[in-house]
Amino acid sequence: MEADPSVFVMGQGVDDPWAMFGTTSGLSGRFGPDRVFDTPLSEAALAGVATGAAICGLKPVYMHNRPDFLLLAMDQIANHAAKWTQMYGGRAGKVPLVVWACTGRGWGAAAQHSQALHGLFLHVPGLKVVLPSSPGDAKGLMLAALADPGPVMVFDHRDNFRLTGPVPEGPYFTPIGRGIIRRAGRHVTLAAVSSAVVMALGAAETLKEKGIEAEVVDLRSAKPLDAALVAESVRRTGRLVVMDTGYPAGGLAAELVARVAEAAFGAFLAPPLRIGIPDLSVPASPTLEAAYFPSKGGVVRAIMGLFG
Amino acid sequence: MSLNTRKSLGLFRAMLRIRRVSEAIEAEYPENSMPTPVHLSTGQEAVSAGVCAALSPSDMVFATHRCHGPYLAKGGDLNAMMAELFGKSGGSSGGFGGSMHLVDRGAGFMGGSAIVGGNLGIATGAALASRMKGDGRVTAVFFGDGAADQGVLYESVNFAVLKKLPIIYVLENNGFSVCSKVSARQAAPSVFLKGVDKRLLKASSIDGNDAVAVLALAERAVKRARAGQGPSFMECVTYRIAGHAGPADWDVEGYRDQKELVRWKRRCPVQRLKRRLVKQGVDSDVFSRMENETAAEIGAAFDFARKSPLPDSSDLFQAT
Ligand SMILES: Cc1ncc(C[n+]2csc(CCOP(=O)(O)OP(=O)(O)O)c2C)c(N)n1
Repeated sequence: MEADPSVFVMGQGVDDPWAMFGTTSGLSGRFGPDRVFDTPLSEAALAGVATGAAICGLKPVYMHNRPDFLLLAMDQIANHAAKWTQMYGGRAGKVPLVVWACTGRGWGAAAQHSQALHGLFLHVPGLKVVLPSSPGDAKGLMLAALADPGPVMVFDHRDNFRLTGPVPEGPYFTPIGRGIIRRAGRHVTLAAVSSAVVMALGAAETLKEKGIEAEVVDLRSAKPLDAALVAESVRRTGRLVVMDTGYPAGGLAAELVARVAEAAFGAFLAPPLRIGIPDLSVPASPTLEAAYFPSKGGVVRAIMGLFG
Repeated sequence: MSLNTRKSLGLFRAMLRIRRVSEAIEAEYPENSMPTPVHLSTGQEAVSAGVCAALSPSDMVFATHRCHGPYLAKGGDLNAMMAELFGKSGGSSGGFGGSMHLVDRGAGFMGGSAIVGGNLGIATGAALASRMKGDGRVTAVFFGDGAADQGVLYESVNFAVLKKLPIIYVLENNGFSVCSKVSARQAAPSVFLKGVDKRLLKASSIDGNDAVAVLALAERAVKRARAGQGPSFMECVTYRIAGHAGPADWDVEGYRDQKELVRWKRRCPVQRLKRRLVKQGVDSDVFSRMENETAAEIGAAFDFARKSPLPDSSDLFQAT
């Protein structure tokens, strides 16, 4: 915001004591109420407002503390922001809009407050969808999203807010659409995003004790999707497990499996495996929540199953 | 005892019950035995009590994340509510819903939505069904000032007016959406009432801390609805004494004036009605009996909730 006066931040409570789980703390004091402001609870209209400001040369960051609320803004995002540039043959301007939402779960937040909806946005042409898994990438991907000429959806995960890690000073950009190998291995490829990367790294440690060396690929962005990096990895390992924080049906995991199969079908030594959250609404009770979300033990067992 | 006094006592009982349940939840919550966010109605009891007293058991109520008050006032089962907050299988949603998704269809409490404004179209649809079936039921939908920011409110009201639906839109204006004051979100007080054509929509704004006034207005709205005269809109101006979520003393600082809070505490709707009843000659025994009954009922509900088993992981697929 210091480097670029066209950047501004809007969203419900971005200037209140909660500060979007601390993400925006101090911003309103530093940049003032014109550039950091609270909004009415009008997600549909304000997604349009943000889009309109973007096509007129500003760079809005519209923040939501749950992705569930993006569904109210879906028309403006999917029918308008995503389409604007192409629909007018490029003559209507670019949409340098960033929409940020925080995926969360737990504490009985239940069906309407725990959804992981990034897979839905994957389906819409014209959008980019990024999912950081580390503090360093949270910054690098946000700066890359702001530098991007088109609309970018950023999905952070509350579980990741507990992570610590190096965050370089000054501006830098984590390229959108390029994954990274977080851990090398030769027996199985674990391709993951967001907090599932943390789970994958944990699973890889346990698998090592069992003699299985897992390669962990952090996709960092779901659209564009670095399927080439994963296909390359699968050519070395012969096995693919996609670990997503969202629903497997028609989402990121389905897309990645399809793309890797198209690129490296002959490399598979075992069927690909998708690990995500079940095709059910998220339940509230702690026992049901525990059964609903994948556990490290369950993930490790499922991966072991690929080894006969 | 006059009819009015009897009615007021009914209101008082409903409000006292909501208040004492909230207090019991606040006392228990730090124990971590209720792993779900709770949004208490402390200070807003008169709205739930007044509106629900005007409805009959078969009428329908839709509510928001802040649904304990309307649930209890509409006759929702307290045991099932507490079990739901404890995440137990005996809960009103079998442990699937948590505090924001209480439901008791038998009592006409149709459910709370955690999406702000999410219940407005649904409630309007319920009223449409009543109209089409001719079942004579009236629907009341509770929503906050935050939901009044949402376009779906205007779209729903328009449709209800168009179809003359038997519905009452109950705006519980408690001054806040989480930490945002109404003035940070709406250009003027009661901005949603400006420009309302009186011939189309019966809309009024009243003191939402006066249960008797809320009941009187709701009774008129119910009458209109039953007579096929269409929707009513009632803004009940009240105040959220609790924080947005959790026990009152977990409220964050720095977003509201503490003097304002103290001022509104003095306007407590429960105490206010009690003073009125005392003036009308109601004996102190009546109140202490009510307190005892309420305490016993709440104690039993907590016992029920504690004893109810947790759902089993195999129950996960049960609700599909
Ligand atoms: C569509 C949507 N946007 C944002 C939220 C987050 N949120 C939950 S409660 C709340 C405040 C709602 O205020 P109001 O409607 O006045 O009801 P109150 O909490 O005051 O009873 C907000 C912003 C949400 N649940 N749904």
